[in-house]
Amino acid sequence: MNHVANPTGIGASVKRVEDLRFVRGKGRYTDDIRLHGETHAYIIRSPHAHAKIAKIDTSRAAAAAGVVMVITAADLAKLGGLPCGWLIHSKDGSPMKEPKHPVLAEGKVRHVGDSVAVVVAETLAAARDAAELIEVDYEPLPAVIDMSKAAAGPALHEASPNNQCFDWHIGDEAAVKDAFAKAAHVTKLELINNRLAPNAIEPRAYIADFIQATGETTLYTSNQNPHVIRLLAGAFVFQMPEHKLRVIAPDVGGGFGSKIYHYAEEAIVIWAAGQIGRPVRWTSDRSEAFISDAQGRDHKTVVELALDKDGKFIGLRADTLANVGAYLSTFASVVPTILHATLLAGNYTTPAIYCNVKAIFTNTVPVDAYRGAGRPEATYLLERVIDLAAIETKRDPAELRRINFIAPSQFPYQTPVALQYDTGNYGRTLDMALAAAKYKDFPTRRAEAKARGKLRGIGIANYIEACGIAPSAVAGALGGRAGGYESGAIRVNPTGSVTVMTGSHSHGQGHETTFAQIVSDKLGIPFDQVDVVHGDTARTPFGMGTYGSRSIAVGGSALIKAMDKIIAKGKQIAAHLLEVSDQDVVFENGAFTVAGTDRKKTIGEVAFQAYVPHNFPHDKLEPGLEEQAFYDPKNFTFPAGTYICEVEIDPDTGVTKVVDFTAADDFGRIINPMIVEGQVQGGLAQGIGQALLEHCIYGADGQLLTGSFMDYAMPRADDLPMFKISTTDTPTPCTHNPLGVKGCGEAGAIGSPVALINAVVNALSEFGVKHIDMPATPQAVWRAIQTAKSKT
Amino acid sequence: MYDFDYQRPSSMPEVKKALATSTDAMPLAGGQTLIPTLKQRLRKPAVLVDLQGLRGFNEVQSVGDKIVIGAMATHATVAASPILRKRLPALAALAGGIGDPHVRNRGTIGGSIANADPAADYPAAVVALNADVVTDRRTVTGDAFFKGLFETSLEQGELITSVHVKLPEKAAYAKFPNPASRFALVGVFVAKFKDGVRVAVTGAGPTVFRVKTMEEALAKSFAAAALDGIAVPASGLNSDLHAAADYRAHLIGVMAKRAVAACS
Amino acid sequence: MPTVSLTVNGKAANATVEGRTLLVQVLRETLKLTGTHVGCDTSQCGACVVHVDGKPVKSCTVLALQADGCAVTSIEGLSQGADLHPMQQAFRDCHGLQCGFCTPGMIMTAVDIAKRHPEADEATIRRELEGNLCRCTGYANIVKAVQTGAAAMRQG
Repeated sequence: MNHVANPTGIGASVKRVEDLRFVRGKGRYTDDIRLHGETHAYIIRSPHAHAKIAKIDTSRAAAAAGVVMVITAADLAKLGGLPCGWLIHSKDGSPMKEPKHPVLAEGKVRHVGDSVAVVVAETLAAARDAAELIEVDYEPLPAVIDMSKAAAGPALHEASPNNQCFDWHIGDEAAVKDAFAKAAHVTKLELINNRLAPNAIEPRAYIADFIQATGETTLYTSNQNPHVIRLLAGAFVFQMPEHKLRVIAPDVGGGFGSKIYHYAEEAIVIWAAGQIGRPVRWTSDRSEAFISDAQGRDHKTVVELALDKDGKFIGLRADTLANVGAYLSTFASVVPTILHATLLAGNYTTPAIYCNVKAIFTNTVPVDAYRGAGRPEATYLLERVIDLAAIETKRDPAELRRINFIAPSQFPYQTPVALQYDTGNYGRTLDMALAAAKYKDFPTRRAEAKARGKLRGIGIANYIEACGIAPSAVAGALGGRAGGYESGAIRVNPTGSVTVMTGSHSHGQGHETTFAQIVSDKLGIPFDQVDVVHGDTARTPFGMGTYGSRSIAVGGSALIKAMDKIIAKGKQIAAHLLEVSDQDVVFENGAFTVAGTDRKKTIGEVAFQAYVPHNFPHDKLEPGLEEQAFYDPKNFTFPAGTYICEVEIDPDTGVTKVVDFTAADDFGRIINPMIVEGQVQGGLAQGIGQALLEHCIYGADGQLLTGSFMDYAMPRADDLPMFKISTTDTPTPCTHNPLGVKGCGEAGAIGSPVALINAVVNALSEFGVKHIDMPATPQAVWRAIQTAKSKT
Repeated sequence: MYDFDYQRPSSMPEVKKALATSTDAMPLAGGQTLIPTLKQRLRKPAVLVDLQGLRGFNEVQSVGDKIVIGAMATHATVAASPILRKRLPALAALAGGIGDPHVRNRGTIGGSIANADPAADYPAAVVALNADVVTDRRTVTGDAFFKGLFETSLEQGELITSVHVKLPEKAAYAKFPNPASRFALVGVFVAKFKDGVRVAVTGAGPTVFRVKTMEEALAKSFAAAALDGIAVPASGLNSDLHAAADYRAHLIGVMAKRAVAACS
Repeated sequence: MPTVSLTVNGKAANATVEGRTLLVQVLRETLKLTGTHVGCDTSQCGACVVHVDGKPVKSCTVLALQADGCAVTSIEGLSQGADLHPMQQAFRDCHGLQCGFCTPGMIMTAVDIAKRHPEADEATIRRELEGNLCRCTGYANIVKAVQTGAAAMRQG
């Protein structure tokens, strides 16, 4: 790729084009869209975690003022369930238990917030007023909340009498057993990865519009992958021909994974609009979001690390209970398995690894991917047990990690848990982070804090993630029911401007800017002449959407592939115009040039001729300059890095303050450094939120006790510090995609929770505290200190 | 929200008349607690009587040896009041720490006190300063005003018109916020008067309460160290997912010391 | 049904409302000013912040009728034409937004911060942002944007 100094090309911190509308309040989010004659849906949700529905009486509601229709499960008998996109097999070879996830509860509710009935009315207020007239007779059942007691029942689903969805494993159990038998030291740790609510600030919103004359339905949805929704809703729930369903995901106010999935409310508005022939809209409020958006994490793990006498890791064993909630959400099954256990080698040469994952149904909101999705859980358990091993074997935590790194010379590196890392330099990011964090001077800072009555701690964590999801062949072999490619189409317009159509979706990532940079850079077309279209199945080629830090790595690569086709076609056209052979034409700096001469045609000139082909040899050369490509990645990408967190704890109150946070990341090649830094900052905030503040807590009866921002602590501006963020100045670019990019969206959320907890434990080391579960709330820290004091 | 009839009278007699039209009539001050409550459909008033039409109830004034704060004075008004910032900065600071800037622009001292949220900040000040709560019918001392969880000595239809604060020699408020809501998990207001010290705690119990053991110790020696060894019993304190009773009891001690140390 | 009379972004606006109608509903649904967003139902996220008679409030926690007779400024009223308000410009220049959903409320709050604390330091800005949640940015660039925007407002 050419790297002329292009102020809007690859590597430039171009200001975002999307901001011009957002800062003016001119974004167009789903709830901003108003359709003529629209109606409003309100969902009646279960107040019980687990109950039989004996009877539903909707007659009074149906007769209430302003009500257009009332819907219960009986009305939806012809609809399929909400599908799960990944089939996991248990270690005995049996397929996972995959009970139906009905759009509306069929005879039984399985979590607080489960959708039971719907009122569609002329106004939202009328719908909500009428909803109170619906009488549901529930026969409550005991709630299954604690995963470790779930086998005792009662069963949520007939298909799974012991409430286990699957019992899956990976790795060589015997080799791990041998490693532990000969270990000089074994460190064992029990930990939880706390359940989180994604809480994109835009609540989910959907509008469906059915045009009877054409039989076409348009769904507006706050979603990360509109083509996937069209496929899932059309093919699985409605058995509706895909060309009759158009899905538009306009501006979307954050996703973080929670807007990947096909939710019941999407099916509800599609069905209702079809019935009444009027648009039907539904917008979640925040209280509903807490009991109906898929939540994240929620693992209980026992991890053991075996070390030899020199501190080399020789074996790792992890036993995890993963909560999938009441139903399998779209990608629930892949998160605690493929996206979790395959990352347990981390950045290290541990030769023997075994992980067992049991997925458990509970009477809680479904759990699915949330920023990082499996990889934060893997990083957390691995980097926690390493830190504890460093304490137990009296080694410096940085050096213990360093002696176990996969060396740059060992790439490509095959891990014992299926992945092959293509490239990396873990010592480089460790060195960068240690220097930026002034690691060596930490004892001075700790002493100074001590003099002020504060406990200062420092924590290190490395991370590696598998991004750029995913090679279709690998996904298919591992149970994926979809491909992992992405699409891109490039239309060079007659006057030389470019329209880019991508299957990726931007909901904060700034693709309208970065994708335009890629195109501007490669085609030599001014940045402001490139327009990026996304989020509409009618305007973009079939694509898999945005999640798993995949958009640049997979979607960006698809654009490169499409542009290669554009350039090849352009060469043919230029050769024709310049009366030379195709082979004599080179493309550089936005022009097709006859090699070794100054004879050239700019891409604008070529485009114009492509659309005004008055003398084209039509047997050899088609008019037009528009190409499409699908890119299927050869491998995952493997961003990696080192995070160092420094905290100060007030021992009187237990309050932990993050006083410094250093991130050193290797994302391969970077398209827009400003945006990449922003992605890391946001990820760090979510990771720090997980470690310090956030926790979905269910009571034993299955009520969500943290069901609003009054009780679920979201990170605020004054909870966070400024971050020191750097990316590798000598990148190890991804070896297998044309941009050399690895992805940056999730790293911050993956590496930061464990760095923070390691720092808290370090701060509390004088009390002999070995571990504290997330979130390290003031009360939890204070109690850890009291407990430790009472033991001594 | 359930629908209701909204009225905005411009005089006290009209307000009283409006409130008397229905047993389900409720006064609306700043609405920063009431409106979210209505949105959750937890209350169903037939009539909402907006008090913002009343004139002269939103000022902070010096009257003799007292400071008189109109019931409709917003938290922002109290926080920014030059009189309070000079003569009772602890109260201005307390008001400046309620909610967030937007809430402070709407929420009022009268509304907050009348609501008697166990985690609200103002009750600690009202009790520690033994401020007189003046209503359209009578004057109630701070000590007598709060009765329990969301319960005050206000009668049906009785409206707070102002709060009269006696100036202490020194005072300070130390708050430990709930990490999620930022309401007081524990808030301690310490006020030193010529004739004694008053320590009032909010957030920790069903309603604001005084800690006599601390008051006695501080009366003898007004220094944080005087509180060493004084433990507040955990029994009867609130226990929730953010703080168990024993942690709250501990925080009372810590916040009391910090308030004393901050006294000016 | 009662009517409410407002001056919104400098223009007179009247709407027929219910007692329970919120200010944000009049802005979004009646006046089609959809830049003001709703992100929670407990008055915490701040996506709905507008200025009423010059003071920032959460328009999801103000009845439309409470604002009767008031001047309301929403994000759409901050600038006209091609030029951005200095705070809008600062948010863009500092990459102080990602998904853009919290941004209108954040900018309306930031303008008020700059008015009350023209030379606010980082700690003050972070404290003043207590009523505005952002899930994307980690706030670092928002803090920078408020400082940058405040400086520009001082000069402008």
